Amino acid sequence: MTATPAARPRPPAVGYWIGFAVVLALLSVAPLVLPPFWQRFATEILVWGLLAMSSDILIGYTGMVSFGHSAFFGLGMYGAAAALLTVKPASLWLAGLYGLVAAGAAAVFVAYFATRLRDIYFAISTLVFSQIFYVIIFTWTEVTGGENGLTFSQPRLTIPGLWSDRFTPVTFHWFVLTVVVLSYLLVRRITHSPFGMVLQSIRENEPRTRAIGYHVERYKIVAVMLSGLFAGLAGVLYAIQNKFAAPDFVFFVVSGEVVIFNVMGGMGTLVGPFAGAAFFLLLREGLSRFLTEYYLIPLGIIFIVMIIFLPQGLLGFLRRRLNP
Amino acid sequence: MDQIIIQTLHGLVNGMVLAMVASGLTLIFGIMDIVNFAHGDLLMLGAFVGASVLGVTGNYWLALLVAAVVIAVLGALLQVTTLRPLIGRDPLTTILATFGISLVIQKYALWQWGPSVRRISEPVPGDFTIFHLQYPWYRVATAVLAGLIIGGLWLFLKYGKYGIWIRATTQDRVMAQAMGIPVPLVYTAVFAIGSAMAAASGVLFGPFAGVTQTMGFDFTLRAFIVVVVGGMGNLGGSILASIFVSLLESYAAIVVSPAQAVIVSFVVLVLTMLFRPTGLFVPTPK
Repeated sequence: MTATPAARPRPPAVGYWIGFAVVLALLSVAPLVLPPFWQRFATEILVWGLLAMSSDILIGYTGMVSFGHSAFFGLGMYGAAAALLTVKPASLWLAGLYGLVAAGAAAVFVAYFATRLRDIYFAISTLVFSQIFYVIIFTWTEVTGGENGLTFSQPRLTIPGLWSDRFTPVTFHWFVLTVVVLSYLLVRRITHSPFGMVLQSIRENEPRTRAIGYHVERYKIVAVMLSGLFAGLAGVLYAIQNKFAAPDFVFFVVSGEVVIFNVMGGMGTLVGPFAGAAFFLLLREGLSRFLTEYYLIPLGIIFIVMIIFLPQGLLGFLRRRLNP
Repeated sequence: MDQIIIQTLHGLVNGMVLAMVASGLTLIFGIMDIVNFAHGDLLMLGAFVGASVLGVTGNYWLALLVAAVVIAVLGALLQVTTLRPLIGRDPLTTILATFGISLVIQKYALWQWGPSVRRISEPVPGDFTIFHLQYPWYRVATAVLAGLIIGGLWLFLKYGKYGIWIRATTQDRVMAQAMGIPVPLVYTAVFAIGSAMAAASGVLFGPFAGVTQTMGFDFTLRAFIVVVVGGMGNLGGSILASIFVSLLESYAAIVVSPAQAVIVSFVVLVLTMLFRPTGLFVPTPK
C-alpha cells in the first residue's frame, strides 16, 4: 500500500485491534481453564476455522465458491503422514513442508483447469477434482492405506538445535493458535494488499476488471493456490492432532462443511469462518447428544433458514469494520 | 469379445438410466438456473419410497407411479418453501440451499430406512442369450422404459400446451409473464417434473444394485458431468453424453476396477470443459 498515497487519512482501527487482542487472550487462556474434552474441542475449532478461512479467500473475496477444499485439506494430511512415516527421526517441520507441497501441487493442478470456468461451473469442477483425488487415494491401497488410511505417532515439538519436547494438549493448542493467528494476519495482509483489491474487484465485476487491464485468470490461479496452501496447512495440523490420515477427509462432505462454515459465519470477513466453524461444531455437539448421527437433519434446516433469512451470516454485519 | 458385448450392453442400459436422471437435472437448470444438488437424493428417496410400496403391494409398476407422484409433491413443496424465496439472488445461493436439502434428505432416509441395502425385485423375469451369454431381460426393459419416458417428456415439451409454456419461460421469462403465463407456477411445476423423473429413475435403477441412502451423491455427480459434457440445458446432448460416458466407463471397467473407472468420466468432463466448453454434442456455434 506504500505506492498508492491514500486520498484521505484512514481512521486508526483501534477498536479492531482491541477486539483482536481480547479474542487472542481468551483463546490463549482457554486450554488452561477448560476440561480436557473442551480443550480438544477448542483446538479443533481453530483447525477447522483455518480451513474455512482459506476457502473464504475464494468465496468471500474473489467470488468463487469452491466445493473441493477437502482435496487440499486431505492432501495436507497425507503429505504430513508421508513425512512422518518415511523420514526418521520424525520432524514436525518436515511434516508441515511435505503437507504444504502436496496441497500446493494439487492446488496448482486444480487452479490451472478450474479457473477457466466461472460461477457454478467452477464449483462443479472443483468438486469433480476433489473426487478424482478421493478415488485415487481410496483405491491406491499400497501407498495410501486405502479405506483404513495411515496412522503414525505424533512428532515432537522441536526448535532445531535449541529445544525439543513432547506435545501436551495445552502446548499443542498454543502451537495451533500461533499458526492460525500468523496465517490469519498473513491472509488479512494479502486481502488488503493491491493484489487482494484486484481479487475483490473480480468479485464485484469481472468483465470490468478485465477491461481495466488485469489478467484475471492469473489472479484467480494465484488465489486458488493460496487458498489451497492454507487449506493444506489446516490438514497438516489436523493430521498431527489426530495422528492419522484417512480418505474420509478427502471426501466431498468436508468440502460441503467448509462452505457451510463460511455461509453460517459470514463470507468475506476472515473471522466469520471461525465463528461459523465454532457455531456448527457446537450445534453438532449439542444436537448429536440427543440425535446421534441424525443431527444433520435440524442442522441442515438451520442452514437453509440462514441462507434465506440471514445471507450475511453471523458476523456479516461486522464486514465493514473487519475490512477497514 | 464376450466381455466387450456384455460391457456394451451394460453401458447402454446404464446410459439410458443416467440420461433420465440428467434430463430432469437439465430441465431444472435450463429453466430455473438452479443447480440442483439434491437431485440424486431425490432419486434415492424415490427409490426408497418405491421399495416400500413394492414391499406392501408387490406391484412394481404401482411402486414406480407412487414414487414419482410422492417425490413430485415433495419437490413442489421444497421449491415453494426454499427456492422461491431465493429467486433473484445470486445463483450460487441456490447451490447452497439445495446442498442443505440434500443433507437433510440423506439423513432422513437413514433415519427412516436404516443403513442396510434394500433390494427391489426384478419386474421382468428371465434372461436371454446373446452369443451364448446370459443377459437379464429386465435391464433391457429398463432401458426401453427410460427411453419411452424421456421421449414422453420431449413430446410434452414440444407439443403439450404446458410444455410450450415451459419452453416460453426458458426463452424469455419477462415476455412469458407478459403473455399471461404464470411463471412462478411454471417454476414449481418444472421442479416437480424434474423430481418425479429422478424418483422414477431411482425405482428403475433399484433392481441393478439395491437402494442405499448414500447412492444419491454418486448420481448427482454423474448427472452433472453428463449435463456439462452434453451442453447445459440441452436435452438431446445430455442423452447422447449419458450413453457416451456410460459406455466409456463400462469399457474402462474391463481394464481397471469399477471404482477407478469413474475417473474416466471425470477426465472426459475436464477435457470437455477445456476444449469445448459449450458441450460435446451441440453443433459448433458459428
